[in-house]
Amino acid sequence: MRRLTWLVPTLYILFLLLPIYWLISMSFKTTNEILGSFTLWPHKFTLDNYYKIFTDSTWYSGYRNSVIYVVINTVISVTVALPAAYAFSRFRFLGDKHLFFWLLTNRMAPAAVFALPFFQLYSAIGLFDTHIAVALAHCLFNIPLAVWILEGFMSSVPKQLDETAYLDGYGFWRFFLRIFIPTIAAGIGVAAFFCFMFSWVELLLAKTLTSVAAKPIAATMTRTASSSGYELGLLAAAGTLTIIPGAIVIYFVRNYIAKGFALGRV
Amino acid sequence: MYAKTENQLAWLYVLPVVLLVAFNAIIPLMAVVNYSVQETFGNNIFFFEGVKWFEQVLHSERFHASLLRQLAFTGIILVIEVPLGVAIALAMPRKGPWVSVCLVLMALPLLIPWNVVGAMWNIFALPDIGMLGRTLNRLGVNYNYTQQPISAWATLIAMDVWHWTSLVVLLAYAGLSAIPEAYYQAAKIDGASAWAVFRYIQLPKMKRVLTIAVLLRFMDSFNIYTEPFVLTGGGPGNATTLLSIDLVKIALGQFDLGPAAAMSLIYFLIILLLSWIFYTVMTRGEEQR
Repeated sequence: MRRLTWLVPTLYILFLLLPIYWLISMSFKTTNEILGSFTLWPHKFTLDNYYKIFTDSTWYSGYRNSVIYVVINTVISVTVALPAAYAFSRFRFLGDKHLFFWLLTNRMAPAAVFALPFFQLYSAIGLFDTHIAVALAHCLFNIPLAVWILEGFMSSVPKQLDETAYLDGYGFWRFFLRIFIPTIAAGIGVAAFFCFMFSWVELLLAKTLTSVAAKPIAATMTRTASSSGYELGLLAAAGTLTIIPGAIVIYFVRNYIAKGFALGRV
Repeated sequence: MYAKTENQLAWLYVLPVVLLVAFNAIIPLMAVVNYSVQETFGNNIFFFEGVKWFEQVLHSERFHASLLRQLAFTGIILVIEVPLGVAIALAMPRKGPWVSVCLVLMALPLLIPWNVVGAMWNIFALPDIGMLGRTLNRLGVNYNYTQQPISAWATLIAMDVWHWTSLVVLLAYAGLSAIPEAYYQAAKIDGASAWAVFRYIQLPKMKRVLTIAVLLRFMDSFNIYTEPFVLTGGGPGNATTLLSIDLVKIALGQFDLGPAAAMSLIYFLIILLLSWIFYTVMTRGEEQR
């Protein structure tokens, strides 16, 4: 029985890869082949769909927009979450538990609830259709998550580390930047990974807060799908390209995910 | 754990987080509260209506139906994804080159934008030109998710299992890797069965991460919007109209701001209440550790 356990993850991965394979294979097919016949792999292999995306600015600017706001959001979320998580893990202060729970409740808020008020709020302050608007809006759910993850990692670092550093004459910020942050690097990796992930995959708010200048790729896809009819090949190619940034990020943090989770109590 | 020092200045460290989140949470929430107690006939003129919308939503059969569908969906995916995720994590290799390969491949669905997930399953399951739909029909299964509620539900659940089981796997696997080798050796010396090892060593060690996994899966599945919207659009009929889809239909489709806002608040309260119950039940007894 022991020898067969490898079958479980293998079958699961196979199940995960099937729809992805179908998407990728469709992206190399012509519209005629997709609609006209059922083929397991592209018989008339074509790069036209990708060519169109890389030459048409409405398409490729979508990728640029998405990457810009996701990166801004990840940087903001992790930066402000670091000192906050430190405070939650090391100190008792008035209302700390309530504050922590309140932060987490924002992780539970359905984006659909906030779509319309967000639109009004960001229009009122003149940030509508900017990258920073989406980056700030995604802070709603990413900051609580980052605080939650980092607090877990920080609490697993013994307090003696802080005390020793202070005895050695370190000030708070010097200790924090020079010693503490390198100690929890794995936690920062995991937190950044999750912030990137949730900002990259979210569409409802990103779509609500943008129209042209900062339109995310995912929104370009839905609008194209409805305006140009049934260009499944093009849609599949665009979808395939959205998988790539995620795949790159996973590749970089793969060791952090395995070891990182184990260190913290995430 | 260690004792925390009392330090009111810690508020300064928390301040940026509080400001940023409050800006995004409190102002829109107040707007929703505002709408929920008012009636408008356009032109930005509002009348105070008290709790009328709340009563209307709570008594509406449409809301009950969406809520029931939502509870069924969340219940089904939790029952499938949590045990499945734990089982896969248990079967995964502990060390060696395959660990990274498994983790990278498994994390892949988590990083695909949600509308792409919906679109991917949409074309994967099409009865005529999709791999899954075509294969099922060839095998003699009468399957068409755009017309049969049962097919639509099966597709929706398969999609969510495909999309999110990996999150449970990653968390459970992290919990498992934190167990020192010595525990297993001790169990071996005692001649413990595989079940006993799972029940008394692995499960307790995974409790913390599993709490997080269940909470995250609960919250996110209760808020799910984009994937079912792209996959089925809530249909056929209203068969897969979950709470978020219904809410957006009312708010942006019919522009009934009052009822939509009241529904939003009730919806949010339900999530808060259920999350709190989950959290309390799952962390019960943690104090005596």
